[in-house]
Amino acid sequence: MMRPGFTDPVLDAQSCFRAVLEAMSRPGRVQRLAAPLQPPAPLAPATAAVLLTLVDAETPLWLDAGDEAAEWVRFHCGCPIATTPAEAAFVLATGTPPDIAALPQGTDEAPEAGATLVWQAAALEAGQGWRLSGPGIEHEHRLRVGGAPEGFRAAWAAQRGRYPRGVDIILCAGEAIAALPRTTRIEEG
Amino acid sequence: MSHDPAYNFAYLDENTKRMIRRALLKAVAIPGHQVPFGAREMPLPYGWGTGGIQVTAAVLGPRDVLKVIDQGADDTTNAVSIRRFFNRVAGVGTTTRTAEATVIQTRHRIPEQALTEAQILVYQVPMPEPLFRLEPRLAETRRMHALADYGLMHVKLYEDIARHGHISTAYSYPVMVGGRYLMSPSPIPAFDNPKMHRMPALQLFGAGREKRIYAVPPYTEVRSLDFEDHPFRPHRADAHCALCGSRSSYLDEVVTDDRGGRMFVCSDTDYCETRQASRQEDAA
Repeated sequence: MMRPGFTDPVLDAQSCFRAVLEAMSRPGRVQRLAAPLQPPAPLAPATAAVLLTLVDAETPLWLDAGDEAAEWVRFHCGCPIATTPAEAAFVLATGTPPDIAALPQGTDEAPEAGATLVWQAAALEAGQGWRLSGPGIEHEHRLRVGGAPEGFRAAWAAQRGRYPRGVDIILCAGEAIAALPRTTRIEEG
Repeated sequence: MSHDPAYNFAYLDENTKRMIRRALLKAVAIPGHQVPFGAREMPLPYGWGTGGIQVTAAVLGPRDVLKVIDQGADDTTNAVSIRRFFNRVAGVGTTTRTAEATVIQTRHRIPEQALTEAQILVYQVPMPEPLFRLEPRLAETRRMHALADYGLMHVKLYEDIARHGHISTAYSYPVMVGGRYLMSPSPIPAFDNPKMHRMPALQLFGAGREKRIYAVPPYTEVRSLDFEDHPFRPHRADAHCALCGSRSSYLDEVVTDDRGGRMFVCSDTDYCETRQASRQEDAA
């Protein structure tokens, strides 16, 4: 049986959006979601809420979460499913995230066409781990992303050379959300 | 308080809100870059803040407290009607106090009181393209932004200095955001430009007719363009407010009769009223 989406699609989407906006504006700060969701495995509540809030018929989605999750997202968001990450506006990674250089980067004239990677991590903890700096950060924020793959920091640093083209990341774990816009610099803690 | 059930919460339909929200997130991720969006017709004409209203509608929640200012004033037609609009279609609380607001929609001013991390400032923008007076072709300005080719604007400022001895731009003074994008701060007075630099609050800009959204994240570098030997100098009338006595706020000149009489008053009404009230308390 199809599991339900938001209880209140209007206000739940609003509060989730504000959490994502806050996360994107202050990279590395972890936001907590209030909306209770029971999405199909392997989707975490935060991941499901972000998809319900931002994805729709205008945004092709690529995901690695399996048929049941894909069916749930298609039913509730009505989005086309992209066959490769390179064709997607939103890329959902519940396992190891794909190489960010393989995702749409946008163009110098339209950098907003760069993809948004929704990355479901094993854990998100503020105050430890990576040292983040850049717009949105007064001095320094710290963020630990559980299960970040080996080459991620190098790939992220390489992306800076392409700015303003690039990929933005929304991180989800359980009911927690954080974000890494393309302007954020990451240094090892 | 509840909203008018004949409308969806905050007026816009959910598809439109999602589209605007996606544009807002990309705008925050690329500070100063103008993101195109599908601006809708709103129940008021272009030029009355349709861009700002759509941004506010996409952001606003039932627990928000909204303040709307027009040239610093809470009690002008535009501010009153937008406040009443959101009170009706979203049922949100409204205020005139800067400190109490969580979302502040503004036309042409930044409040005098410093904003906090808990606030969002939404600007109404008539013309988002800072280069439009120098280069009318949008295809060309897009390319100039792509290449960060802003020499034309420096030439314009230089010609100002050559002709007038100083940069004659008093409002809508162009800024560089994050060292990358030239941005129009909307027609705020140049006096307000320094407040944008590393502001703790999130700043969102909506242009309805021109269908563009852009943003400045908190604590982001915002520099007014200038030259080493002609540094940026915000202009302020050399007077004090006739009502509250402030010597640091931005002043409006008010003509009081037809014999040359005039007075200066704060453009920020909440700031002025707060100061007047505290003066009266001190006197009592």
